[in-house]
Amino acid sequence: MEEKVLMKGNEALAEGAIQAGCLHYFGYPITPQTEIAAYMAKRMPKVGGVFLQAESEVAAINMVYGVSAAGKRVMTSSSSPGISLKSEGISYLAGSDLPAVIVNVQRCSPGLGGIQPSQADYFQATRGGGHGDYHMLVFTPATVQEMADLVAKAFDLADKYLMPAMVLSDGTLGQMMEPVTVRRVEETHYEKPWALTGTKMQRSHNVITSLNLNSEAFDKQIFDRFERYKKIEETEALWEELSMEDAEICVTAFGITARVVKKAVAIARREGIKVGMIRPLTVWPFPKKVFADAAERVNSFISVEMSMGQMIEDVKLSIDCKKPVYLCNHAGGIIPTFEEVLAKIREVGGAK
Amino acid sequence: MKTVFEKPKSLLDVPMHYCPGCTHGIIHRLIAEAIDELQIEGRTIGVAPVGCAVMAYDYFACDFIESAHGRAPAVATGLKRAEPSNIIFTYQGDGDLASIGMAETVHAAARNENITIVFVNNAIYGMTGGQMAPTTLPGQVTQTSPYGRDVELCGYPIRVCEMLSQVEGAGYLERVAVNSVKHVIQAKKAIKKAFQNQIDGKGFSMIEFLSSCPTNWGMNADDALKWVEDAMIPQYPLGVFKDRAAQEGK
Repeated sequence: MEEKVLMKGNEALAEGAIQAGCLHYFGYPITPQTEIAAYMAKRMPKVGGVFLQAESEVAAINMVYGVSAAGKRVMTSSSSPGISLKSEGISYLAGSDLPAVIVNVQRCSPGLGGIQPSQADYFQATRGGGHGDYHMLVFTPATVQEMADLVAKAFDLADKYLMPAMVLSDGTLGQMMEPVTVRRVEETHYEKPWALTGTKMQRSHNVITSLNLNSEAFDKQIFDRFERYKKIEETEALWEELSMEDAEICVTAFGITARVVKKAVAIARREGIKVGMIRPLTVWPFPKKVFADAAERVNSFISVEMSMGQMIEDVKLSIDCKKPVYLCNHAGGIIPTFEEVLAKIREVGGAK
Repeated sequence: MKTVFEKPKSLLDVPMHYCPGCTHGIIHRLIAEAIDELQIEGRTIGVAPVGCAVMAYDYFACDFIESAHGRAPAVATGLKRAEPSNIIFTYQGDGDLASIGMAETVHAAARNENITIVFVNNAIYGMTGGQMAPTTLPGQVTQTSPYGRDVELCGYPIRVCEMLSQVEGAGYLERVAVNSVKHVIQAKKAIKKAFQNQIDGKGFSMIEFLSSCPTNWGMNADDALKWVEDAMIPQYPLGVFKDRAAQEGK
């Protein structure tokens, strides 16, 4: 699939996963991510892979747990309420140091919410979501191309660091069509001596468990895992910067809202306002350093979100609250318009 | 000298944590004997439950994974789909399989998933200290049914084999007990058949073991075995509830 084709975000992501070597997918229908399951149902039998529609999101994530334990690349996808159901299983994956990719095509919540796009699962994604001390790698695509590219990245880093990874998308990105090139990704080979392949009477048994009843051993296990997290935070954050060289205002957004911000920043620049943008492509690890550095130069920050303000907390933490951080948002269902973002930039620019 | 009795090779030489008089140990042994006789230890992977057998992985020599409560059939599905030539079995209690994990159980059966399920029914939640289970008998006293299970208030016990026998996909269902030598010998045949079914690609096989819990039933070991005979078996009759291959003449 080297040529450019017109694809929905959900389908590009699904094909991207297959091209990254994922031959096992388990899903359950929920709007607005169902195209992923439908695509996998059609494609997996043709590439010798496994598609199975599970009886629930809970079952799907536990099937993922089984395949991952067997040492193979595996993915599941859902949308906000379904991710809540998967959260127990994600905690088990993290607690057992197992790699897997989980896709959240976010919709409005809490509760059943709505089926319109949202970014209100940011806390759930970046703070773990399930019970206990753990993190997931969290990638935030903003284009259909990035849906395909970042899912491949998610598989690679999940294997590298032995932890679950999430692609945090939304209903707009999932449903919209754009030209995309889905390339075969050369898989880095990671040894998996821990995998449950059967002993073949050649080795002692492998055991995968998140149970650890010895408090000292448990303490050490969590501290060791967080050493790994620290290394990831230092080396694996991804972001895009736009017009930040001489910026006095830094606007930040991830995913679909960042596209709106891009346009607002371009117009504001033409008006002579020195404004730039930082767009995280990973929100865990959060690109803290680039924000901390920016705080030395800019006067203020604006966080544009489709939530009541969740990423804004990471911005404030990253800059140690050294500069004011303003919020420009809708609760979900309504993508902030470039006029709204522009108005906020003008307001903040004039207020300095 | 001829060896006439020894520890199965697929059981590790470690002390078990189960209470005195509990029949988990017998059931573990029967599974291990079947694995040895079928020579499948090297390609067998077990799935442990949440419950008394949560640390079953410490006792078996084959690869093992610990599942979330009730999710073992889903985890087993993942392991089997990842490598169909491996032999996958789950080991689950009544709370795990018939309460919180009922959906996973029914749907694995509906898919005729080619796995083996060991269902240990002792009519009580053991590890958490003796609460009412989905299989607790009417009138049975537990920590959460202190006046006896009132069926008007909390419903009737579920007969899992009978229920699953109505699921078209389910391959093989048998209920056994391990409270007497005769029953242990029958149980051994059943579990071996369940593994053989998987080797032969016959699909979902579940063996329900009626098991004793002297600690939480508040009985000595002997009385507990008698209670299996006198109270449990009348509620949960032994036998084969479904043998799809035999029905279809295969």
